[in-house]
Amino acid sequence: MRVGAVLRDPAAATLIGCVLLLGVGEALAPGFAGFGQVVGQFGVAAILAIVAAGQGIVILAGREGIDLSVGSTMSLAALVAGNIMGGENAGLLPALVAALVVGGAVGLFNGLGATVLRIPPLVMTLGTAGVVTGLLVVLTQGRPSGAAAPALGAFVSRPMLLGLPGVLIAWALLAMLVETGLRRTRFGLNLYAVGSNDHAARLAGVRVATTRVLAYAACGALAGLAGFFLLGYTGAVFVGAGEQYILPSVIAVVLGGTSLAGGRGSYLGSAAGAVFLTILTAFLTTLSIAPAERQIIFGAILIGFMLVYSRE
Amino acid sequence: MPEAAQERARPGAWVRDSPWLLAAVLLVAFAILNAAIQANFFTPFSLALNVTTVLPLMLIAVGQTYVVLGGSIDLSLGAIVSLVNVVAVEIITALGTGPGAIGAGLVAGLATGLACGMLNGLIVSLFRLPPIVTTFATGVIFGGLALIVLPQAGGSLPPAYYLVYAQGFLGLTLPIWLVVLLIGGVWLVGGTRFNRHLLAVGSNRQAAFQTGLPVRRIVFASHAAAGLLAAMAALCILGVAGAGDPLMGQAFTLGSVSAVVLGGTALAGGWGGPAGSILGACILVLINNIIFFANIDFVYQSVVQSAIILAALAAGVFASRRRR
Repeated sequence: MRVGAVLRDPAAATLIGCVLLLGVGEALAPGFAGFGQVVGQFGVAAILAIVAAGQGIVILAGREGIDLSVGSTMSLAALVAGNIMGGENAGLLPALVAALVVGGAVGLFNGLGATVLRIPPLVMTLGTAGVVTGLLVVLTQGRPSGAAAPALGAFVSRPMLLGLPGVLIAWALLAMLVETGLRRTRFGLNLYAVGSNDHAARLAGVRVATTRVLAYAACGALAGLAGFFLLGYTGAVFVGAGEQYILPSVIAVVLGGTSLAGGRGSYLGSAAGAVFLTILTAFLTTLSIAPAERQIIFGAILIGFMLVYSRE
Repeated sequence: MPEAAQERARPGAWVRDSPWLLAAVLLVAFAILNAAIQANFFTPFSLALNVTTVLPLMLIAVGQTYVVLGGSIDLSLGAIVSLVNVVAVEIITALGTGPGAIGAGLVAGLATGLACGMLNGLIVSLFRLPPIVTTFATGVIFGGLALIVLPQAGGSLPPAYYLVYAQGFLGLTLPIWLVVLLIGGVWLVGGTRFNRHLLAVGSNRQAAFQTGLPVRRIVFASHAAAGLLAAMAALCILGVAGAGDPLMGQAFTLGSVSAVVLGGTALAGGWGGPAGSILGACILVLINNIIFFANIDFVYQSVVQSAIILAALAAGVFASRRRR
């Protein structure tokens, strides 16, 4: 690929943006791009990237696909997992399964509403988010609840292999799985077909509605998984734990070059988008810029980036 | 569209042609339910209070409707409300407490809202970025600016501001007059060429462009109008709150989208209208009321409220699809 072509590819450009940020950060605050720092950043990015994987699948499926309930789904899955574990390592596996099932169930609900009742996904998933958040208030009575197993805390923060924490290795495996799933499996190919032209897909024999419902269910399950790992960082669950991941997950997907119109994009792009957002946040924090100014710069960079790469 | 014209000519077709009809039915149902559990619901005092509560959401929802009709969406309206809120408070406080200061604050607030809306419109229409992400990003910027103007809730308005707002004239509070004005304005806009062009752009952008409509200018205008209406909402909120709050607007972004959808407007653009959104805003406030007066345990309030809203949205979408 020529240089120009690389620069026009959003996923590659996002990765170059990451490297640039690390370089400038290192120059301004020595140690910013050190190994330990970068590994820490990637660990934080992994959770966002896992949510973004689901978000990307739903957006790929088209028909204005979007899931704004991923935040509350994460919280709910973490709540259930945290209460199953209760701070004991023995509950780790059942808790993981429960998080995936809870997330998948919320996603299934979204998918049925969006395809069978044909409620616009933006509204449907927003409504679901409200209901799930309300449910969290009922279940927790507004107090932090549940406790992560010690092994889960170690898995997300302590080095496990080659100096990398387990969550990074799990994310790397997941990324390969999602990317090959999208490119090589029947479900993945159906997803692209449905997203780019669902009439044509239907004529070609693809089960359009089923594919879309499955996309939402997969998104929910991935949000559940992200909530499970988030629990490793936070230790306990509070009602708004996952909230901060909702819109960044959409933005990571868009930064990575996935079209909001559906049918076009890759997971590697979304993953790069998640890493970029995480490093950008760390970069602005390191420069000790006040939160309000940080917010403004963050928004401006987003718009600048989209001006270059996301014109429809 | 000769087909649509024929359908409109057929008796009874107006039912199919009124996106707001289901919202009206829901509104009546919720009003009856509300009156059943709140004894003084139909007293002038209670009604005036409800009008004051619903007015800001109504204004923002009408602005959101014009944006959505044109095929776009604005997720920064809540942040615009916050920014206008603190700008107006800071300017009035800085200039003293006279009528001149209040006038300057109102003008500055409206100008701020209009400028934010125009910025959104410019980016969305000229550069054709996806509006969901663009307006989210501008919303982040407006929210940051609001926090710089006024880092914490505070500042205080001269009593004249909220006294005039509450007293109004000719025996009716100012919010009631403003609702009347809003409905009149919406009705007037409904008959203009702009409204027809907006619907054309929203239902088929390509066709509208090929017909020679100034697509970019129309989308730009809808965003600018939404910014101005959000500014009016912020100034109304000040009439009740009496002090500034940089986080005031947050809940309004999604509230306005819910009101629009409840009102039967299609999020895809090109179908619906602000009349439905006005009813939708009323429905959302009535749901709040009902939850409050039904003596539901505080812990269960939010889940019950969300479930009712989701069910109402589902019903609205389902009905409007069958009629279309």
